[in-house]
Amino acid sequence: MSGITASTALWYASRATGITSLVLLSAVVLLGITVNRQGRLPGLPRFAVTGLHRNLSLIAVVFVAVHVVSAVADSYVSISLAAAVIPFVSSYEPFWLGLGAVSLDLLVAVIVTSLVRSRIPRRAWRAVHWLSYGMYPVAVVHSIGSSTDLRSGWRLAVTVSCVAAVAGAAVFRLRRSLMAVPRSGRVASALGEAAGGLADSRPAAGQGRPR
Amino acid sequence: MSEQLRVNPIACTGHGLCAELFPERVILDEWGYPVISPEPIPASLRKAARRAVTDCPALALLLSGHQRAR
Amino acid sequence: MTAPHALPRPDRHARPGGLPRLLEAMDLDAHLAAYGPPPYGGRQLIGVVVAAGLTGRGGAGFPAARKLTAVAEAGRRAVVVGNGAESEPASRKDKELLWTAPHLVLDGLQLAAEAVGATRAYLYVHAQPGLHEQLGSALAARAAAGLDRAGVQLMSAPPRFLAGEESAVVSRINGGPALPRFKVPPVFRRGVAGAPTLVQNVETLAHLAQIARYGASWFRAAGTSAEPGTMLATCRRADGTVEVVETAIGTPLGELLRLGELPAQAVLVGGYHGTWLTSVHAAALPLANAGLRPAGAAVGAGLIAALPYGRCGVAEAVRVVRYLAVESAGQCGPCLNGLPRIAAGLAELAAPRPRPRLRADLERWAGLVERRGACHHPDGSVRFLRSTLAIFGTELTAHARGQCSATSHRPFFPVPAGVPASQADWT
Repeated sequence: MSGITASTALWYASRATGITSLVLLSAVVLLGITVNRQGRLPGLPRFAVTGLHRNLSLIAVVFVAVHVVSAVADSYVSISLAAAVIPFVSSYEPFWLGLGAVSLDLLVAVIVTSLVRSRIPRRAWRAVHWLSYGMYPVAVVHSIGSSTDLRSGWRLAVTVSCVAAVAGAAVFRLRRSLMAVPRSGRVASALGEAAGGLADSRPAAGQGRPR
Repeated sequence: MSEQLRVNPIACTGHGLCAELFPERVILDEWGYPVISPEPIPASLRKAARRAVTDCPALALLLSGHQRAR
Repeated sequence: MTAPHALPRPDRHARPGGLPRLLEAMDLDAHLAAYGPPPYGGRQLIGVVVAAGLTGRGGAGFPAARKLTAVAEAGRRAVVVGNGAESEPASRKDKELLWTAPHLVLDGLQLAAEAVGATRAYLYVHAQPGLHEQLGSALAARAAAGLDRAGVQLMSAPPRFLAGEESAVVSRINGGPALPRFKVPPVFRRGVAGAPTLVQNVETLAHLAQIARYGASWFRAAGTSAEPGTMLATCRRADGTVEVVETAIGTPLGELLRLGELPAQAVLVGGYHGTWLTSVHAAALPLANAGLRPAGAAVGAGLIAALPYGRCGVAEAVRVVRYLAVESAGQCGPCLNGLPRIAAGLAELAAPRPRPRLRADLERWAGLVERRGACHHPDGSVRFLRSTLAIFGTELTAHARGQCSATSHRPFFPVPAGVPASQADWT
């Protein structure tokens, strides 16, 4: 009896930390987009926005770790540790869990490179960080497919809100990136603005675009 | 050994964290880009300088004497 | 280093101070008859170049030996680039050299390659009609004669002002756009394909080819002791004529521009990143940094231009500064924001009744822009702006009242009517 109870507790822990991780990761991605767009949070200096982005991501990692470990430790269903990191080798629900492994791998890559970001080439860090836009949707699909939890009730509402918010922000960020005045076109718009008498302290169009 | 803070002006997109984190050496110009004082950084300010380098969203700062691998 | 070559050569090359040294039209046969094949001798060449005191002729004036040493000692297989992308619109000396004496340049390229241990070389030039074909044939002829040890690839530079900047050259050869890059790590440590790269102006290479044959004392027979040798100068005189002249460093500007017979109101020294001087002041100054630096000017790439009376220096400057703003790479915030404002500001200053704070704004922007880019484009532009304001003060005051003493408003200096580049224009 106690064995089943322990297993149930672990199973619940995994599900609970799973949805928490999803919420946290949603916040992390939203904050990351905010940083990229040079946005501000009311009353907070810019370094607080980046700080929050980083700290929440580390908290998210903890929750993801508990989510994975409790799922592996739980004996009701057989999920090996290997299946948590190597995609699609699980005997239980190989596809949905495989997606979880994929998003975990991507998350680890993003986190590790970010921890050493001042010591690796700038382009390398950026390239890996872009994988976040892959990590998140895969994590979402993993969540929805692995458990019926999120398909009804308040959990569904939470999931939909998070995904909608991130999707909206991501579209906004990516559109800005695609529509951004290309490097040499910035000169044209800067000249146009200057000639138009905007010879004041406002920044030229194109400033603030990450390259 | 005292270091100097430098900015890669091509990578810099004017986020402005450096001025918040290291006002002793960095102020922002009227367009939001960092103006970095060329004075060397004493040991007491080294931590703030390192933080500015690590926290810059564009990774546009470097401390001379520390080679970024591009 | 080497004994003078045994084949007969024109006397003027052996005679100290005899000119011209570089600008003699020679196809391969004539070149071989005059000079013989490249006198390969490995790294010893660097020692001769040190003794000769050769400085770069691309504008920065950096001692050639120091660059050679830095690349040679970088510890990995190096690459050499001959930079013939003379992007300054008013300058012609590199083009003239490449048309006239390509084999001197190509010799220099080979000798420099050997000195730094490179087996790959590039020749980077603008796509002037016929020039690529000419250089291609020259290379083919040399290959047939077995003269070259390092493989040479001809590369095309886009027609932009910054395309000849050292890191832009390397970026272009690496397959990217011809835009300046952040100089960490510097090009002599990591350049083309990550290898230590020597980027040397084509005129410098031509001098190198002669120094290798005739030695340091021969080179020093002309010029000054601090700045030895001859240099190619593009002389734009007040009558509108343009002549590329090979002259000993230190020759008075008045003599080069014939200011006595062709009077000018002002002289621009150093091109569009250079400095204006009054004609009276310029006439006695030598074409040498020792004499020019105290006047706030520098030799640069040897471009000196006289502005005749009856023309409007202010209008010329407005055109030039707008061109400089257009030619910004647009990569660095201060330059991207500052140069267009400066260009618009100068245009407004040249118009009647400029607003009172404009001068102060221009000065502030100039201060915000200099030394804050990845390259020296903003610095040079600010130098040109400041000297414009200094030299043409009287004219600007008249302009503010709606008056101008000029009789002709046709442009005198060649300034491309640039439209800001699209992405493709940099490749």
